[in-house]
Amino acid sequence: MSQRIVNDFSITVGTVNGSGSSTANTTILRALFKMGIPVSGKNLFPSNIQGLPTWYTIRLNKDGFTARRAEQEIVVAMNPASFARDQASVSPGGVLFYDEGIRQPITRDDIVAYPMPVKEIVRKDPSIPSNLRDLIANMVYVGVLAQMLGIELDKIYQALSFHFKGKQKPIDMNFNTVKAAAEWAAASLEKKDPYFVEPMDKTNGLIMADGNTAAALGAIYGGVQFAAWYPITPASSLAEALNEYLPMLRKTADGRQTYAVVQAEDELAAIGMAIGAGWAGLRAMTSTSGPGLSLMTEFAGLAYYTEVPVVIWDVQRVGPSTGLPTRTMQGDLTFVNFIGHGDTQSIILLPASINECFEFGWRAFDIAERLQTPVFVLSDLDLGMNQWMGEPFRYPDVPMDRGKILWEEDLEKLKGNWGRYLDVDGDGIPWRTVPGNRHPASAYFLRGTGHDEYARYSEEPQVWERMVNRLKKKYETARQYLPLPQIEEHGNRIGIVAYGSSEPAVREARHLLQVEHQLATDFLRLRAIPFYREVGEFIARHEVVYVVDVNRDGQMKQLLSVEYPELAARLRSIACVDGLPPTARWIVDSLIEQEVKHESTIAR
Amino acid sequence: MSQPLPVSGANVQVNLVGLTKNDYRGMPSTLCQGCGHNSIASQIIAALYEMSILPETVVKFSGIGCSSKSPTYFLNRSFGFNGLHGRMPSVATGALFADTTLRGLGVSGDGDTASIGMGQFKHVMRRNVNMVYIVENNGVYGLTKGQFSATAEVGLTLRKQGTNPYMPVDICMEALASNATFVARSFAGDPKQLKELLKAAINHRGIAVLDIISPCVTFNNQENGYHSYTWGKDHEAPLHDITFIPAREEITVEDFEEGTVREVTMHDGSIVLLKKLEHDYDPTDRWQAMRVLEEAQRNNWLLTGLIYIETGRPTLTDLYNLVDKPLNRLTEAELRPAPETIDRVNAMMF
Repeated sequence: MSQRIVNDFSITVGTVNGSGSSTANTTILRALFKMGIPVSGKNLFPSNIQGLPTWYTIRLNKDGFTARRAEQEIVVAMNPASFARDQASVSPGGVLFYDEGIRQPITRDDIVAYPMPVKEIVRKDPSIPSNLRDLIANMVYVGVLAQMLGIELDKIYQALSFHFKGKQKPIDMNFNTVKAAAEWAAASLEKKDPYFVEPMDKTNGLIMADGNTAAALGAIYGGVQFAAWYPITPASSLAEALNEYLPMLRKTADGRQTYAVVQAEDELAAIGMAIGAGWAGLRAMTSTSGPGLSLMTEFAGLAYYTEVPVVIWDVQRVGPSTGLPTRTMQGDLTFVNFIGHGDTQSIILLPASINECFEFGWRAFDIAERLQTPVFVLSDLDLGMNQWMGEPFRYPDVPMDRGKILWEEDLEKLKGNWGRYLDVDGDGIPWRTVPGNRHPASAYFLRGTGHDEYARYSEEPQVWERMVNRLKKKYETARQYLPLPQIEEHGNRIGIVAYGSSEPAVREARHLLQVEHQLATDFLRLRAIPFYREVGEFIARHEVVYVVDVNRDGQMKQLLSVEYPELAARLRSIACVDGLPPTARWIVDSLIEQEVKHESTIAR
Repeated sequence: MSQPLPVSGANVQVNLVGLTKNDYRGMPSTLCQGCGHNSIASQIIAALYEMSILPETVVKFSGIGCSSKSPTYFLNRSFGFNGLHGRMPSVATGALFADTTLRGLGVSGDGDTASIGMGQFKHVMRRNVNMVYIVENNGVYGLTKGQFSATAEVGLTLRKQGTNPYMPVDICMEALASNATFVARSFAGDPKQLKELLKAAINHRGIAVLDIISPCVTFNNQENGYHSYTWGKDHEAPLHDITFIPAREEITVEDFEEGTVREVTMHDGSIVLLKKLEHDYDPTDRWQAMRVLEEAQRNNWLLTGLIYIETGRPTLTDLYNLVDKPLNRLTEAELRPAPETIDRVNAMMF
């Protein structure tokens, strides 16, 4: 056996969609996490309920790099339909664990292959009902992997206890199979590969969650009062998490609700309801993905022009069109930035981790109510649906900002003199009242048509110009309320700009550039649009800035080029659009390729 | 803050909440002279004034079109949301969660409801949102200069449009099919009945659909057309005379002849009285309601009156067990979970 490789490889499990393998896969992920090893888990699943191949990749890395890798050292093949492909996908020198019930030949001699008698092991346990055998069968590879790699069984037990919420019967049934499989492997398999896991202390105090759950929890701590939604992959689990956690966190002692969640008939209605609620003074949100957002476009323009606060989570998937519903992309950036007909400008937040999903979850309401405008939060499938490690969620560190609202006593002081769209403070943000206010001067008539400072209908050219220019001023004001970019800068020639869920891949890529190419880079991670002044300054301080986008057209590079035309020549695009989370290797290769190409151009 | 604005002049008549009829008015109408929508606006003003409802407790909603402009012509002191074409129901659905003591008053048109807004119309019915949903139905698109709407009768010929080849949508039938809890039809040219039906609709808890045939004087007022004044007057077949009596007034059923009166008790205890004209009609019977609508269509009658009512069904917000205080008045302390809960949440995350 060659040298031991410890805590630095990827495991991919190939199964049939709908076969119940996700319990097994997250159990492995969680057990490794509990062993203190940095991990990530990415589910590559088909748009299908049952029957098509699905894969789950776990990366463990002692140095904390958890972005997706293309290489997979260990592959577990449970699906006859993808067996040939799964065998071919093993990295040279890697390992294939396979269900020996799949009667297909092992054709590679550069890998180690271990057969697993899955059916046999499950049948040996008479306590497993026959209708559960196929589900429990997945625990066989959990047990075999545990034995062959060194995953601690008590950590697997902890993971199963968590998954089954302490219910002893399913915990025991699954764990017994894990144990039986581990015992079988100990007695029957000879370790011929170099891959091992060993306990570490790198996950102490961390939590694991998916971005959609984090976003929902953040919204709950932000005081969400109304959410309307329509089912769509990969956003559904965000609204479902609201339904799961709201009753726990937001009911009064006598069981009354301070919130309402409505499943609408479509995305048009979902955002319409949220805008109605936002207008009437509720912290209101909707959550969707690209196709839903296309339908929401008309309402988004209305809310922008009529100045209604609302929070819109876009958990992006691959478009255009229905596209790849179960794959990830940062595809809606330019669409959201310019959403709506006429002159529009959007407030966009760009979370990159479960912690930012949580934080932006509550902060988005403060921003929306302060600015009286839609706030779009762009997450994506990778961040929203996969399990990510992170720090524990932190309780909001600032009080709620309910923005400029006038209630009865305020209007009394003003003697009823106020105008809904009057810029009294000079920041472009007017004051508003909400229905239910009983002051006789509180009401105004909101309309999507031209209106003046007092919300009166107007077609006057000067009025229109004045009103939309004030909206532009408000957009300028907005910058100070948004999260700052994160900057790591040491005077290097090359800067990298990225945003959202590509963060782990970019972090690792910068490490690889340093180690493999002795190329040090500076880094700016965007967290909001409109851009802070610092973004342009960062670009100006670098000879060349690579902008990493997970889309075909380099959408962030486009937006930066529009914002900073004088700096556009310094910007180069690293753009990837295969529907998978980006890898560090791909970023490194793209960057080096462009560096070489550019140097040769200069040399010529 | 329920103080009314001071009233000038000594002999001005005020209602039970101390407001004059002027307090219920809106901006001057910009619709065509003689438009049916203007008479509807007048009756809305009269109904709310007579019912002594504070304008601040009413929220107006509308979509796009001539009808949807009309909420500016009444209730200046009520909030209003003039949104998108066909999307009024969703906005109202969300907004009415903010304060469940508010009454929703939606005004839509036949294009806004039966064409572009059919989906939202049907779903606001099945959710039983607590609002009045008025359709000012003239069978034609006015603002875009006279195209056919989905309620235009088949075979109708308009000067520039030719002949309508499609079957019409019956708003009341659609509402009934979607389980609306109050379905009525009226005619803009019958102000007395219209006002009584409006009052009944306003007092209904749940969705109250009022399909009002409202002739377009400019684009669709041919003598033989279903949505015209002359046709309406000639073919109107009222189900019953209707008188609405608020609960706070004495109800004197003796005034009505035995056997000709049907009482319908509204959710708040007020009562609608229906005087049967031609046939024995029970508006709580959904099957009967379907039948009379079908019959009216076959016989070319403009059937008006309270077609269907169901008073017991919970409204949308009833289903949510909300706190008593209006949601939009809740404070940070009531909305943000306590700091100590965050550890529990983190523990749940693995």
